[in-house]
Amino acid sequence: MALTKTEITEKIQKKLDISRTTSYNIMEDFLEIIKGSLEKGEDVMISGFGKFCVNEKKSRKGRNPATSQEMNLPARRVVTFKCSGKLRNLINN
Amino acid sequence: MNKLELISTLKQKTGLTKAEAADVVQTFFDSLTQALVQGDRVEIRGLCSFFIKDYESYTGRNPKTGEKVTIPPKKLPFFKCGKELKERVDF
Repeated sequence: MALTKTEITEKIQKKLDISRTTSYNIMEDFLEIIKGSLEKGEDVMISGFGKFCVNEKKSRKGRNPATSQEMNLPARRVVTFKCSGKLRNLINN
Repeated sequence: MNKLELISTLKQKTGLTKAEAADVVQTFFDSLTQALVQGDRVEIRGLCSFFIKDYESYTGRNPKTGEKVTIPPKKLPFFKCGKELKERVDF
């Protein structure tokens, strides 16, 4: 089973002894801070877990594999994740 | 932004104490770590999803010395950006 927001919200609810709604709102605020930071182009670094980086990709020529038509792919900004050494070791043990 | 800045921003935004905000941040990333260590998938709507990818052993080369080295099999978390985040980060 995949870990989802619901389970984490429940854990926070128990840990802080708060209502479900409050825990849900805190969770949304928390995620919004991360998304907002990345949106501004600022990396988010979590020691012991990893780093969410914002990378700029240059515009390039691409091809539609189905029609083999050439097209111009515009410059874009993407989020990448770099796993921390600590997490990597935990996963491989 | 690092973990400490994340905690203080969360504190300001929610009115939690610093210790509570730190608990929230720690619980979140601990849960993710635990799931990944167990080999489970993680799916946080709007942010991202993770799953563990298995990489087989291969022969690599030390780029400095040209020496051949065998890279043992390994597991790494594979990150996929969520739809909302992807659209907001792009220009």
